[in-house]
Amino acid sequence: MGKYIEMIRIRFLMMLAYRTNYYSGILIYSINIGAYYFLWNAIYGEKGSIEGMSALQMTSYVAIAWMARAFYFNNIDREIAQEIKEGKVAVELIRPYNYLLMKTMQGLGEGIFRLSFFSLPGMIIVSLIFPIAFSANPATWLLFAVSLVFSFLINMQINLLTGILTFFFYNNTGLIRAKRVVIDLFSGLLLPISFFPAWAQQVMNYLPFQGISYVPSMIFTESFTQPQIIHAVLFQIIWVLILILPIQMIWLIARKQLVVQGG
Amino acid sequence: MENMIEVKDLRKEFKSHSSRSGLKGAFRDLFTRQYKVVPAVNDISFTVKRGEMVGYIGENGAGKSTSIKMLTGILTPTSGIVRVNGMDPHKEREQFVRSIGVVFGQRSQLWWDIAVQESFRLLKKVYNVPDDVYKKHMGHVIESLDIGPLLDKPVRKLSLGQRMRCELAAALLHNPPLLFLDEPTIGLDVLVKLKIREFLKEMNATYNTTVLLTTHDLSDIEALCERVVMLDEGKIIYDGQLESLRSNWGEGKQIEFQFANAGVTKEELQPLLAELDGAWTPGDRQNVWIANVLNEEHVISEVIGRVAAAHKITDLKVHEISIEDIIRNIYEEGVTNG
Repeated sequence: MGKYIEMIRIRFLMMLAYRTNYYSGILIYSINIGAYYFLWNAIYGEKGSIEGMSALQMTSYVAIAWMARAFYFNNIDREIAQEIKEGKVAVELIRPYNYLLMKTMQGLGEGIFRLSFFSLPGMIIVSLIFPIAFSANPATWLLFAVSLVFSFLINMQINLLTGILTFFFYNNTGLIRAKRVVIDLFSGLLLPISFFPAWAQQVMNYLPFQGISYVPSMIFTESFTQPQIIHAVLFQIIWVLILILPIQMIWLIARKQLVVQGG
Repeated sequence: MENMIEVKDLRKEFKSHSSRSGLKGAFRDLFTRQYKVVPAVNDISFTVKRGEMVGYIGENGAGKSTSIKMLTGILTPTSGIVRVNGMDPHKEREQFVRSIGVVFGQRSQLWWDIAVQESFRLLKKVYNVPDDVYKKHMGHVIESLDIGPLLDKPVRKLSLGQRMRCELAAALLHNPPLLFLDEPTIGLDVLVKLKIREFLKEMNATYNTTVLLTTHDLSDIEALCERVVMLDEGKIIYDGQLESLRSNWGEGKQIEFQFANAGVTKEELQPLLAELDGAWTPGDRQNVWIANVLNEEHVISEVIGRVAAAHKITDLKVHEISIEDIIRNIYEEGVTNG
């Protein structure tokens, strides 16, 4: 286990080595939050609430959704694809560890770095500029933290899946890009799931995406009732378990017919 | 002595699709592709004993890298048996890779953006090396490779020679009984090469480390290995002592003469080798001719005497036929005429 924790530390150091990325990240996230704040204010206009959410809940939703994204979002899929394309995966396979678990830990290291140096300070700045409602209930914070861990896991698993598909497609930049758009849209980052038409909500109940952003954000803004929260977290746990299956399967097949590219 | 590596009828085939020509062909490729099965490694068998240092050589595309990748458990063989250190590399991967060290000359296994010592620290955790063992063993490795001052620098700031020494140290961090080196000296200067060779010899002497080395630089092989395995088109074409390679194919000596007068011709020189069973070849500069003769005292002195008496010479060198020439001959002519 020590090696996996060490990997988190290494990733932390790597993030520190490239500080400029981090500053530009803060800027981009602030612009996004600002843009969505004004957009939603315009949509709400004089209306008190839409689909059971007040304007204040909505702006909090937008802000927390983006800040949570800083934690669960990473480019591990692109990294895996690149390692496979350049044949660097060979070096990873001569190490006595589980490659996919190691990648997950790297993602976690990146997430913790962004959460502490990016989301927290960012949240303070955003709350000074825009009105945002923070819950005073510690249970809400705890549940939010729990569901955030699961949202990280679901997103990570989808990343691993798209990443290792490179073994079969050799070049899957298109797939990775498509995945990113799908996640931003269907996870509830851009639009809460409850705003989708009823049939689309039905469909999305059978997909893992809302476990990534919609669930933790709704918990944070206290827009979910108690039974809804339990249902939502269970939904996340079930998807984490289900996604293990295709990842292991594809990984095994890939190892069997692996072609290390480039000599 | 026990066998460290046992390979029997090892085979690896790759499916490669061939593209049809032209626009019409490209459209047809969208729906059906033509596959060709190419054997990269073609039923090879060999064994390596514990403590041996073996040179594994062959031209580009001869199947060296592919077979190394099967020996290290990265690739699954199409057929055949591989036992390395008593294990099946592919099936027992995590357990197996603890017992090997690998250096890929063309690909770094250190983390690019962080200091070398951080990479070492991670590897120490990965291989579960206890603190005292690490201090003793790595202290020695760091000292012999002279990388102490490099440890706090990020890998991307190191020169190739510095990086390579760090890579080697990283591969030996857990003191593996078996070391695979895939072109470890590619692009390095003479001093670094010498240092690495010295170090490998020392490791082999102290820990009885088995080394399998692939390289295009035959001087590495000459300096380190007693035995060579030579591959061509996926097949082993020679497996034996380096010395017997020299005595079987490189019996003669080359005497290089530089003549004072321009325009010395082969016809003029030919009679001088009469009854001595030799041949003249032109040298790489003007007025330079090389006599290829048997490696016997009286022949060499006879040739030098006759030539010096007949022509004015300004320079004279006696060469042994190099391993490189021998290997080139083997590839060009095949093994049979040895």
